[in-house]
Amino acid sequence: MYNFDFEKPGTVADAVAALGADEAQALGGGQTLIPTLKQRLASPTVLVSLKGIAEMQGICAGDDGALCIGGATNHATVAAEGGAYPALAATAAHIGDPAVRNRGTIGGSLANNDPSACYPAAALGSGATIVTNTRQIAADDYFQGMFTTALEEGEIITEVRFPVPEKANYQKFVQPASRFALVGVFVAKYADGVRVAITGASNDGVFRWAEAEAALSANFAPDALDGLSLSGDDMISDLHGTGAYRAHLCGVMTKRAVAAAA
Amino acid sequence: MAQVSMTVNGKAASGEVEGRTLLSSFLRDQLKLTGTHVGCDTSQCGACVVHVDGVAVKSCTMLAAEADGAEVATIEGQANADGSLNVIQQAFQDHHGLQCGFCTPGMVMSAAALLKDNPKPSETEVREYLEGNICRCTGYHNIIKAIMAASGQDVGAIAAE
Repeated sequence: MYNFDFEKPGTVADAVAALGADEAQALGGGQTLIPTLKQRLASPTVLVSLKGIAEMQGICAGDDGALCIGGATNHATVAAEGGAYPALAATAAHIGDPAVRNRGTIGGSLANNDPSACYPAAALGSGATIVTNTRQIAADDYFQGMFTTALEEGEIITEVRFPVPEKANYQKFVQPASRFALVGVFVAKYADGVRVAITGASNDGVFRWAEAEAALSANFAPDALDGLSLSGDDMISDLHGTGAYRAHLCGVMTKRAVAAAA
Repeated sequence: MAQVSMTVNGKAASGEVEGRTLLSSFLRDQLKLTGTHVGCDTSQCGACVVHVDGVAVKSCTMLAAEADGAEVATIEGQANADGSLNVIQQAFQDHHGLQCGFCTPGMVMSAAALLKDNPKPSETEVREYLEGNICRCTGYHNIIKAIMAASGQDVGAIAAE
C-alpha cells in the first residue's frame, strides 16, 4: 500500500469538507477498498472514514413505509435488524462471510458498484432511493455500468431507502472461490408491478430484465418465465463461466427467486 | 504518523502508526502479539480474525487507525485466567481440530464469536459461519466437531474422524 493520511470525521459536513482535499477517498468498511489499496490499484492521499458518523448508522422505518438504512450501516446489522424487509435482510446475511459482514457497509457496496455484488441487485430490484449529501437518486438512474454510478466526486451516500414489497427473494449462484455472485437475481413484487434485477452476469453491471418483469407482473409464477431467455453475447465470460452459461443461469435463478418469494 | 490507543485483551495499548498500517501489522509488529496470523493478506483465509468491539473482523483488512479507541481481543487473551486453555481451545485439542495450527487462531476467534451469538449452533450453522476461515490440513470435520463440543453438544453423530 502507498501511504495516506487517515481522517475520521464525526459529521457528514466534516466528511464532505475532508473529501474536498486533492485525491481524497471515502472509506466505508474497507472490505473492497483496502484489498484494492494493497494491490496499489488506487493511491489516495487521504482516506476519509465514514464509520464515525452517527447519523449514517442504523435502520429505521420511513414515513412512507420504506425501510431506511444509513449509508455506513454494516451488512451484519442489516441482516439482524432489517426484518421489516425479510428478503433484504436475507440478502445481507449472505454477503461475503461473517467477518466481512461486520465491516462492509451498504453505502460502500453501492458506491463501488462491483458487477458481481449483491446489494446493487437488491437496490435496483427494489427501486430503492439512494440518498446523498446533496440529492436523492432513483436506483434506475444510479447504476451506470460496471463500477460506475451517478455519484459525483466527493458525494457521500448517507442513506438508502427501500420500498418494502409484497413479496421478494434473492437467489445467488455463488462463485465458489470469491463467494461473490456468479449470477444473482433479486425479484420483488410490488402493487404496481414486479421488478427483476440481475447482478454478476452483464458486462454493464447490474441490470433489469424487462421481459421477465412484464411476464411476472401478469402472472407471478415460475412458469410465467417459460420461453424467455437472455442473450449471452454481452455477458461476462471468464474461467468461471461463459456468457451463455451466465445467461442460462439468469433464467434459472429468476425462477428460483419467484418460487421462493415470500 | 498518528497516535492510536486501544484496549487489547483488557490492557491499554498505544503506538504510532501510518495511515496505511493494518490492524494485523500493529498487533504483530508493534505489540508483538504474533498469535494473530496473516495467511493470505487478501481477506479470504481468516487466519487474522480478531474481535473488535465484540465482533469478528479480519485484522488484515482493517486499518489500525480504524481501531483507535476500540476494544480488541486476540488469541493471546483467550486462555483462562490461570493460563489453562479455554473451553474452545481445549475442544480443538481434544478433537484434533488442528494439524499445522496456522489457521487455528482465526478458527478459535471465529468460533468464539459464533458461540457468543449462537450458543448451541447446528452443524450446518457452524459450517456456514466458518465460510471465511480456510484450513488446508484438517478437512474441517474435526474443527466442526471441536466447536460443537465446545458448545456442550454431543458430537458422537458428527461424521469423519
